[in-house]
Amino acid sequence: MTFNFSVSPSFPNERISDWYIFNTWLQRALSLPIHLELYDSFGTQRAAIAEGKVDIIYANPFDASLLVREKGFRAIARPEGQPDEMVVITAAESPFKEIPDLKPGARVACSDDPSVNTVGRILLEPADLNAANTVEHRRETYIQVAREILRGEADVGFLPVEAFEALSSIVRRDLRVLVTSQVHVIHHVFLIGPALSPHAEQITQLLLSMHDTDKGRGILEALGARSWQAVQHEDVEFMIDIISTLTQ
Amino acid sequence: MKDMDRAQVPGEAVEHTLTFADGTCRRVFVTSVETPYPHGKLIVSRTDTSGVITQCNKSFVDMSGYTEAELIGQPHCILRHPDMPAAAFADLWKTVQAGRQWHGYVKNLRKDGGHYWVYATVVPNVRNGEIVGFTSVRREASQEKILAAEAQYRSMN
Repeated sequence: MTFNFSVSPSFPNERISDWYIFNTWLQRALSLPIHLELYDSFGTQRAAIAEGKVDIIYANPFDASLLVREKGFRAIARPEGQPDEMVVITAAESPFKEIPDLKPGARVACSDDPSVNTVGRILLEPADLNAANTVEHRRETYIQVAREILRGEADVGFLPVEAFEALSSIVRRDLRVLVTSQVHVIHHVFLIGPALSPHAEQITQLLLSMHDTDKGRGILEALGARSWQAVQHEDVEFMIDIISTLTQ
Repeated sequence: MKDMDRAQVPGEAVEHTLTFADGTCRRVFVTSVETPYPHGKLIVSRTDTSGVITQCNKSFVDMSGYTEAELIGQPHCILRHPDMPAAAFADLWKTVQAGRQWHGYVKNLRKDGGHYWVYATVVPNVRNGEIVGFTSVRREASQEKILAAEAQYRSMN
């Protein structure tokens, strides 16, 4: 039986090959056939999850909630010291100096990343802005979100910090961060589904010791991580409780 | 819970005696100084089923003015401000003990007698079908919402 591995589409495009390299390493180390399927949108990935086409996943915190509470997945590891944070950006020359300067009717550029959009919406609340009194410009990629701002087609945009920092210095020069989230408590996690449960201990140990070898460290570095750290089930339950307060 | 220490409250302060739902009282000293909510942050804490703080994040500690050691093991009402109507907290407890989520605007009291406003959401922590505690997450509220809450609470007190 071949197991299916997927990664939340919240990583920069240049890391696609690095996730294939990770998958090759994982298959060899486990001596298990694992197929990596990357989806180009959160929607298509969620549909694959609903159809039971995912056995192991590096999930964003919002999908992790669904997978743990409704699909019987179990969290086994998370990146060390890497909470998911995001930025609300505007054009460098825009008149908005802080969030309360924004007014109803503001144009908001965003991707379909559920974590980034939920936190981004919360960061607009001090201006009393919500989905009903703003105009959302949904774009497929983070680059397109930045482009909307640069072209003056949106007033603010939501990006993960990592995606913002991956923009070229020329692009970033023409953008300005209005606010950076400091949520600290939500992060991506590795989850395994019921089909891989018999291998849970083996996979967990493999991930937790990945940084002990040069090869493992190299792959981790390429993925922007230092190491994977253990996750207790209660830590994930706590994270899910927090997320539930953000999605009301 | 211990009374507030007047020496920890700088400047002019008004003394109040709070009476909590369990009948206990606390003497507090209140100033008019508001600490602005730190942009982008979430204040997170957990309590056991009786409302005793078991865990809190750095933003919670920073905004409260207490140290983490002073907070852990204390009832959550250590942050109760006399301007908050008792009915708001009665509604909170009734809601979360019934297994539902509560949210509302809350004026919290700091150790130095000042205050800060939050938009708070409290959820029950349900494990194996049982409520084992509560998680509270606060975020920044708009000035307009704070003014409306202030007026509403004044009319309730």
